[in-house]
Amino acid sequence: MAATTETVEQVRAVTEQKYKYGFTTDIESDVAPKGLNEDTVRFISAKKEEPEWLLEWRLKAFRAWQQMEEPHHWAKLSYPPIDYQDAHYYAAPKMKARPKSLDEVDPELLKTYEKLGIPLREQEILAGVEGSEGRSPAVAVDAVFDSVSVATTFKAKLEEMGIIFCAISEAVHKCPELVQKYLGSVVPYTDNFYATLNSAVFTDGSFVYIPKGVRCPMELSTYFRINQANTGQFERTLIIADEGSYVSYLEGCTAPKRDENQLHAAVVELVALDDAQIKYSTVQNWYPGNEEGVGGIYNFVTKRGACRGKNSKISWTQVETGSAITWKYPSCILQGDNSVGEFYSVAITNNLQQADTGTKMIHIGKNTRSTIVSKGISAGRAQQTYRGLVKILPKAEGARNHTQCDSLLIGDQCGAHTVPYIESRNRTARIEHEATTAKISEDQLFYCRQRGLSEEDAVSLIVNGFCKEVLKELPMEFAVEAQKLVGISLEGSVG
Amino acid sequence: MIEIKNLHATVDGKEILKGINLTIRPGEVHAIMGPNGSGKSTLSYVLAGREGYEITKGSVEYFGQDLLAMEPEERAGAGVFLAFQYPVEIPGVANTTFLKSALNAIRKQRGEQELDAMQFLKLVREKTKALNMTDEMLKRAVNVGFSGGEKKRNETLQMAVLQPKFAILDETDSGLDIDALKIVAEGVNALRSPERAMLVITHYQRLLDYIVPDYVHVLAHGKIQRSGGKELALELEKNGYAEFGVNEAA
Amino acid sequence: MATTTTSHGTSPGPSRAPEAAPRGFDPATARPFLEQFDRLKADLPGGSLSWVRDLRDQGRARFAQLGFPTVKNESWRYTNLRALDKLAFQPAVAAETGVRFDVLPTVRAAGTSGPRLVFVDGRFRAELSSTAGLPAGVELLNLADALTHKPDLVGEHLGRLATPDDLPLVALNTAFLADGPVLHVPQGVEVAEPVELVFVSVGSDEHPTSFHPRTLIVAEDNARVVIVEHHVGLGTGATLSNGVGEVFVGANASVHHYKVQREHTNAFHLSHTAAKVGGHGVYDNFILTTGAKLSRNEVRSTFDGEHGDIHVSGAYMVRGDQHVDTSTFIDHAVPCCTSREVYKGVIDDTARAVFQGKILVRPGAQKTDGYQQNRALLLSETAEIDAKPELEIYADDVKCSHGATAGELDDQQLFYLRARGIDKEAARGLLIGAFLAEALDEIPEEGVREAFQAYVSAWQNAR
Repeated sequence: MAATTETVEQVRAVTEQKYKYGFTTDIESDVAPKGLNEDTVRFISAKKEEPEWLLEWRLKAFRAWQQMEEPHHWAKLSYPPIDYQDAHYYAAPKMKARPKSLDEVDPELLKTYEKLGIPLREQEILAGVEGSEGRSPAVAVDAVFDSVSVATTFKAKLEEMGIIFCAISEAVHKCPELVQKYLGSVVPYTDNFYATLNSAVFTDGSFVYIPKGVRCPMELSTYFRINQANTGQFERTLIIADEGSYVSYLEGCTAPKRDENQLHAAVVELVALDDAQIKYSTVQNWYPGNEEGVGGIYNFVTKRGACRGKNSKISWTQVETGSAITWKYPSCILQGDNSVGEFYSVAITNNLQQADTGTKMIHIGKNTRSTIVSKGISAGRAQQTYRGLVKILPKAEGARNHTQCDSLLIGDQCGAHTVPYIESRNRTARIEHEATTAKISEDQLFYCRQRGLSEEDAVSLIVNGFCKEVLKELPMEFAVEAQKLVGISLEGSVG
Repeated sequence: MIEIKNLHATVDGKEILKGINLTIRPGEVHAIMGPNGSGKSTLSYVLAGREGYEITKGSVEYFGQDLLAMEPEERAGAGVFLAFQYPVEIPGVANTTFLKSALNAIRKQRGEQELDAMQFLKLVREKTKALNMTDEMLKRAVNVGFSGGEKKRNETLQMAVLQPKFAILDETDSGLDIDALKIVAEGVNALRSPERAMLVITHYQRLLDYIVPDYVHVLAHGKIQRSGGKELALELEKNGYAEFGVNEAA
Repeated sequence: MATTTTSHGTSPGPSRAPEAAPRGFDPATARPFLEQFDRLKADLPGGSLSWVRDLRDQGRARFAQLGFPTVKNESWRYTNLRALDKLAFQPAVAAETGVRFDVLPTVRAAGTSGPRLVFVDGRFRAELSSTAGLPAGVELLNLADALTHKPDLVGEHLGRLATPDDLPLVALNTAFLADGPVLHVPQGVEVAEPVELVFVSVGSDEHPTSFHPRTLIVAEDNARVVIVEHHVGLGTGATLSNGVGEVFVGANASVHHYKVQREHTNAFHLSHTAAKVGGHGVYDNFILTTGAKLSRNEVRSTFDGEHGDIHVSGAYMVRGDQHVDTSTFIDHAVPCCTSREVYKGVIDDTARAVFQGKILVRPGAQKTDGYQQNRALLLSETAEIDAKPELEIYADDVKCSHGATAGELDDQQLFYLRARGIDKEAARGLLIGAFLAEALDEIPEEGVREAFQAYVSAWQNAR
């Protein structure tokens, strides 16, 4: 009897740890009726008290979307048809007005973020981290709960330097000229099925503007949380780094465990002007579904950065461990001369997860450079594809690209695929692409176990080593969490 | 401490060990000498629990426990340490990270408190100094880009940190020049103690000049053919393995 | 990708089945060919055999459904066949031409002869061909004769490997299937002399001419043979050669299959080769391309038994407005097989090269070793390379890798040579030659390698 009880206990402990963010917050919500039509778009726009031009833009997108076909034919993903009418397109925790300070935020919400390990109280953050070897101590957080931004920290401190960091719905009112100028300038509303859908119904997201010559003194971060059942989350992030500025931005995501699939179709646009740098890091840990592939988030995301100015740089780093389906290709349009694009990615798929992810580097300007490092780990019955495009246009004299794609397979039921597209129309450009696929070597596993590590710890250690090149690109605040996540995501994949 | 009885093992259906009998008590250093293909490395892998070896007969008792029934990491936790002939490279994993994970995993198994970063660093620094290793080597990925000598020193360092009860040194002298051999041997000798036993596996007598064994066994054709004191090693050096039906003309 | 440049899948992976009317095809383009076929079909060889008629009808039906592929078709995204629709191709008629035996290309030493079949505009020319020097039991003849006199020789294999499915060009070839080389090497026979297959495109000055040669090669268990295909052009009119080859490699057999394509620059050269390799068998394929306005070599090989070895490599040199497309697919359908691919190419002027290479490792195909490399050298401002090396892997105990590079000649190497007194053009020539030689080294047959090397040098000298 004791043995069985123990086993049950152990299984429960392990399963709970596997997705520790699976709880739900019981909070009263303001939810749009199910379904998607022009009225839904108007409803959202009205909720946000948007200006006429934005409503018109949304409606144009919605009309375009109705003419579009869901892209089912090229990505290596399979899922049942999505009923776009069977979801809520707006859900927001009930609040009297936008809270002026954290004290006005619903305590239930604050508790949720506390449970997720996301600090929303500025004092606590400062107290907790300050003094750790002179590092920039704080992270400013924009917390997005379902469809709305519920709180943004350190706003005042940032404003002193002219940095705007707020919900995009707020930015529409606060600095309409910036929003109108840049919204859709990198990802046009006609871009693709999911981005177009997002353009029509996006609810909230973060807006960042870093003025000329300013180096943002802290990490900016958005934490996305899907709570409400049957809701899609369509956030939209816009980051503009003006000449000579620098910003590092972090994005994290979780969602409760639910048996039905939920759609997340976000758009992120980055604009870097002359000599500006944007570093964008993501740790994506949406609920992946259970061991049998029931539930989980459908993550269809369009992320694109434009290096508009000379010497500008955009760097994407992503650790993708969550979601039932991941479809995302954070890309760089290297327009300015000498601009640099980087893509560092770790993607882990386990159980029945599917991921089709990669990047696009479009070299337009002279001496533009790009680096792609992709590490894919596939376990269980998961399918993972790296899909990438390196395109050198005729004017991109002296362009350089180096791509390294490595896949690791754990178990004989999973798949790992590599689909790079390399297009060069300039002879002075130099492109190098390398890809490898292998499994964890028996020798490495045995060596670690001989030194006392359990098989799971050994796998986690070896995989972390495999991902090192990418993980070291993450800001400190994320790196530790990401390393743990690598181990947890692979639990149950060996033995 | 360890009692090997009539041990038979096969690899891919081919019998390599054909009845090994060996008893080792705490404090003793035993050397196993033998020609290539005699089963020396197989014996070390079987004792450490590597997959791919089928035990067809016999037993290994370790502190009264059935060693062969234990997982590799359980054996490590119980104090079995194998210094690999070919230490494995693990890209991206820093030597310190690896060593700390291993030490704390073993301490946990033993019911001891895990060491924090500071305590660990202090311990490792002491040990590296003794082995003439640099801090830089600790930061590099496990065995990646290490020379033959560096790899063996790294194995010795791990042994010094993990403090095993029973250490198996598999061809520790292979790939070492005489200076490196001396450093490694010194490191090993420093670990000799009345509580710790060692099994030194080697092809050549040379190593035994530096790590002087209490007993020498000759392994050939999967069996221990002869046992004796350290003078047996010298005899083998002179006469080769011909007596055991092995012709090793190079 | 997340932008408007989407592409459409006809990937040969296990997850997709051919549909009735897949996207990425233009059925309207089929019409002229269908009309020609309906006019000609009564006169095609082997018409009295029902299985031959069925095969042709299936090809016709599938081509009618598909037509030519468009650039929306994932496997044709970089090669546009629209030009074919604009040229009103007429089927070739067997006409007397000035082709003489002594001017035909060969890899053989001067003054020697060996087995050789010659086809002019897709039709067999007995007076230019010879089967001398073949071991007993080896059959080397043309398909039209085989269908008439020895249908049993081809009936078992024809159309079994290259099936129309979602391959419209195979469908079109199958409809017009009439002539081409047939080689059958029985069990345990090793053919010492290379078998040369010469295809001459002549065409007509009056109208564009099309033909559809069909090749069948069967090497039974433990057989060995070296085949060299020459594709050359003599006329000036536009021609379309739409060839299909089927290669059966038996257990422990080895087939060395080399091809050099030097057609004139009004030629469209489309070629599809399907190979199946038995256990411990070897299929070694190399294609050298310098000719044609537009060419595409598609090589699809499948392992049919463990411990097989597939080796598909090639080199190309293109200039002017030439377009060369190499598309390979290696299907590791069973465990413990090895595949290796090395492609190198030089692109000058406004020419464009395409490389698509896919390695599929099916579930359970453990211990697979797959290697692929493709390198392109761009010599001019306006040259273009598009590459898509692809891995699709469903087994874990595998070692697969691919590498791709694109760029111009190495400045440092160039400077080093010039600093030693070699003039710029000579230095460039030296480096280009060295670059291509690495690919040619993949040919284990010395005589063939040397002959191919001479073609490379000739191309360089003509620059």
